[in-house]
Amino acid sequence: MKREAIIENIKVRSGRDLIEFVDKSKNRIYFTINKNMLPQIAKYLFNEEKARFSTASGVDTRKAVEILYHFTVDDIGLFISLRVILEKPDLEIDSLLPLFKCAEWIEMELHEMLGVSFKGHENMKHLLLKDDWPEANYPLRKD
Amino acid sequence: MSHKIIPIGPYHPLQEEPEFFKLHVDGETVVDIDIELGYNHRLVEKIAESKNFDQVAFMVERICGICSTSHPFAYVNAIDDLLGEKPPERALYIRTVIGELERIHSHLLWLGLAGHFLGYNTVWMWAWRYREPVLDIFERIAGNRQNYGMMKPGGVRRDIFEEDFPWIKKTLKDLIPKLDMFKGAIMDDPVIRMRTEGVGVLTKEDARDYGLVGPTARSSGVNIDIRRDDPYAAYDKVEWKVCTHEGGDVFSKAVVRILELYQSINIVIQCLDKMPKGPIDSGIKDIPKGEGIGRHEAPRGEVVHYVMADGGNSPARHKIRAPSFMNVASNKKAVIGETISDATIILAAVDPCYCCTERMAVVDYKTGRKMMDGQDLVRLSQEKTEKIKNKLGR
Repeated sequence: MKREAIIENIKVRSGRDLIEFVDKSKNRIYFTINKNMLPQIAKYLFNEEKARFSTASGVDTRKAVEILYHFTVDDIGLFISLRVILEKPDLEIDSLLPLFKCAEWIEMELHEMLGVSFKGHENMKHLLLKDDWPEANYPLRKD
Repeated sequence: MSHKIIPIGPYHPLQEEPEFFKLHVDGETVVDIDIELGYNHRLVEKIAESKNFDQVAFMVERICGICSTSHPFAYVNAIDDLLGEKPPERALYIRTVIGELERIHSHLLWLGLAGHFLGYNTVWMWAWRYREPVLDIFERIAGNRQNYGMMKPGGVRRDIFEEDFPWIKKTLKDLIPKLDMFKGAIMDDPVIRMRTEGVGVLTKEDARDYGLVGPTARSSGVNIDIRRDDPYAAYDKVEWKVCTHEGGDVFSKAVVRILELYQSINIVIQCLDKMPKGPIDSGIKDIPKGEGIGRHEAPRGEVVHYVMADGGNSPARHKIRAPSFMNVASNKKAVIGETISDATIILAAVDPCYCCTERMAVVDYKTGRKMMDGQDLVRLSQEKTEKIKNKLGR
């Protein structure tokens, strides 16, 4: 089954960088991985499994910022969420823009709302907030 | 290279939708486009953290004025996913009816606007006229033509009365001959085909790269539809099919939307025929700690809602991703290399919840002097249609 093969492949590829796997339901699975592993797993899902990048969501958990990268494998209706935990104050992660264009806007949004920096995202500017928004003032941060 | 910039867009958020497109043109050809968002950003995600779970459904209904039930639908799906349980059967059917009625009126709205931009004002008037009975159905069901307030976690807020079923079915069936007329008018008209075929093409690869969703993706030959791929509500209990087209151009987008109208009517009628009797609400009291992801195939494509609950009365985090967030970005690909007179229809083709084209203005990049106002750019598009008509002797 494709679903099981994808789960197994992500587990094998992330190896010791896999922190947690949650098989929530038939169409929803969550992986928590170390941030260095994100580009590889995203590349695998996008290029090999032909998954669609749906969006990313960031949450400030006070000690850290969690980002969930949501991919969907449409032919089996599977929604895969890759959770990456960025411990404060080191909120830097590789950009997925080299892999697909649709990462551009959501990374800009995560940057301005939560203060995450994306390595390799060259056109980083404000997307939703005005251009003269004060520096280091992130509306969705809780600290 | 000497070039001009054509800013398209409003700074006035009340009347139409605030998005801002800056077209860089070299002569007649569009060489670049800047897209700016956020003119009406309300940070709804943050507001959600201060509302209780029931109130959030009402609040997200105010995100979009056209497809107002799209966000509450995805939100209640997220709560269902968080709880791991489904609402009563009848509620699932009612949700489906509301979702599909909304698709019908939203697609008709787009069809009218597309006709207007191309200089077919009769199409515009007719499409909006035939949209009215659908809004009447909403008024009968919910008391409102928009913002129906039907969705709630655990079910729906109002029932649809059995005595209204025959009238609703008849109203929708009466729409079918009108759709046949539109289908014929668009598919067989050589002028419309010349204006839309091969214009603003997005390939299958572009669709993947930009993460396109909904009719925009399906018109590029990408066979995706959340209603079928990740079934929810009653979509797996009725017979229907996903409509796709291979062209990727403006014409394909119109074809996909028109074909979807037939499917939506079909789905609503089947739901009314099959609707089981019973409760419409499971009466959820508390939302436990956890996270849920809800998706809904809105008229413009996949809406994603992510809800994180910490055991309290409000979401701890609520992430919302609207379909236009993905689709609008693809304008960069679709419009570059095309002419200014085609830009209007290309930018409108993704149905981006954006119909501000009469606020366009052509400004000389060097002097800042205003050369044309927004009406002129629509006129440019309409004149092109006229020229083709004359050429073809129609």
